[in-house]
Amino acid sequence: MRRYVIIGNGIAAVNCIEGIRSVDAKGRITVVSEETHPAYCRPLISYLLDGRTDQKRMQYRDPDFYDRMGCEMLYRRKAVRIDREDKKVELLDGTLLPYDALCVAAGSHPFVPKFEGLDEVGKKFSFTTLDDALALEQAVDKDSKVLIVGAGMIGLKCAECLAERVAEVTVCDLADHVLPTFLNFECAAYVQRRLEDHGIRFALGDSAARFEKDASSGAYRAVLKSGAVLAFDVLVLAIGARANASLVKDIGGAGERGIAVDEHMRTSLPDIYAAGDCTESTDVSCGERKLLSNLPNAAMQGYAAGVNMAGGSAVFDRAIMMNSISFFGLHSMTAGSYNGELFEEKTDTSVKRLYTEGDLLKGFVLIGCSDRAGIYTSMIRNRTPLSSVDFEMMKKAATTAAFSAGAREKMFGGMV
Amino acid sequence: MKRVYVNEEWCLGCHLCEYNCAFANSGMQDMALALKGKPIYPRIHIEEGEKISYAVSCRHCEDPICVRSCIAGAISKEGGVVKIDRAKCVSCFTCILVCPYGALAPGEDGVMQKCELCLQNSCGEPACVKGCPNRAIVYEERGEEE
Repeated sequence: MRRYVIIGNGIAAVNCIEGIRSVDAKGRITVVSEETHPAYCRPLISYLLDGRTDQKRMQYRDPDFYDRMGCEMLYRRKAVRIDREDKKVELLDGTLLPYDALCVAAGSHPFVPKFEGLDEVGKKFSFTTLDDALALEQAVDKDSKVLIVGAGMIGLKCAECLAERVAEVTVCDLADHVLPTFLNFECAAYVQRRLEDHGIRFALGDSAARFEKDASSGAYRAVLKSGAVLAFDVLVLAIGARANASLVKDIGGAGERGIAVDEHMRTSLPDIYAAGDCTESTDVSCGERKLLSNLPNAAMQGYAAGVNMAGGSAVFDRAIMMNSISFFGLHSMTAGSYNGELFEEKTDTSVKRLYTEGDLLKGFVLIGCSDRAGIYTSMIRNRTPLSSVDFEMMKKAATTAAFSAGAREKMFGGMV
Repeated sequence: MKRVYVNEEWCLGCHLCEYNCAFANSGMQDMALALKGKPIYPRIHIEEGEKISYAVSCRHCEDPICVRSCIAGAISKEGGVVKIDRAKCVSCFTCILVCPYGALAPGEDGVMQKCELCLQNSCGEPACVKGCPNRAIVYEERGEEE
């Protein structure tokens, strides 16, 4: 009986389990997780705090999932070393788990730079796990002044979910606009305006330099790089994430910022696979190797890894950066790379940007106009030649009617 | 497994399928009460090009990208049918971002909805097919996966 070990229990891990079971019904699957919960939907922690979901509904799979899949779950355990010669994973408590195929789906961790005075701050949180969200929920009340460092997705979703339940939310970031990884200044303004309409304040182009505690009142304040001072009593650090790549890189696995994987989700080491936020792979929209951390990629990588670990054959070679996020009902979507020629269409409430290079659609930004966006996304992922579609029609709206009759026959005439 | 297919050359672009879909999923007995004078939120829509029109609804793909991409674990495939658990959906629109067919859209309440072949509603079989005046939309088997 084949022995599978999966390090991590997030989206990539669950899909890896499903991938293994699609090929091998009997093999022994052991899952090592540092958390105490079955897999839950991490991006939903902000929805938990604003009441749009609850802990039951935010479970990623049904309660019987691990039993049905025949998994041995090792919760609150930590993998500390991989012995690639003897093919064993060593846990912190000394347990050795032998494997025939290993998947490292260890995710990422929040990056917290050194700030002067940070140790003095009592109520400080990251915002990536369920435990983070539950702890933050306990720490805030209607009088709280919350300072969020970081105007990326995590910081802004945190701001959104706290806006109604605390007195004040301020977001600061060194970047001069929100969502700097995905949006330029102009596009970001749409999102920022929506957040400001709901009372969220911003200190952009400026970030925390140090934190101070007032000895007499016990109140905290952040001194920003500009010298501005912000009083707060709860601090959320949402600066960025780092891939948990060390288990593989420590034993000679390839990779720059993450664990390098190929289109079969193999690392550079035999019988060791990796999937999800801990990996770096090829972005099909630009050909570059990079971290491509998003939930759909994690799921598709995890599934492919599982199939291949069990002796099947699965290829996942269409990863791109893509993201769909909403703030107070304003939906923003981004995908691919912002390379090449720009087509832009703007209104007061929406912006559409399509980037084309040569005969290919490379990327897009869609804010407030996301209908059928997946048609654009699939053109990027499938490298659909623009010359094979009526792209002028496609600029107006994403539609499969812009495809050739033959392409439509393939899409709609039979099974896909 | 039977699926909904459309014959482009027979589609008149009359949009009746959209109305029949919205009514079948309204839970109401009277079509006029259900739809008259209101915006409708069908799970099928007509795509129109210069000389063509055809109805698009979920393809119930063999390996559905919406299922893997859903950040809420709300979309699943059971018995060949891709289904959405609307209680779990948080309206993030990631499924819209990935579906190559443009087959998902939010309902009146903003929560995502999609064609589930009318298997769970009062129609019991695809209402778009049943009501298509030119029989452009059909419900049939074209190849097997399981």
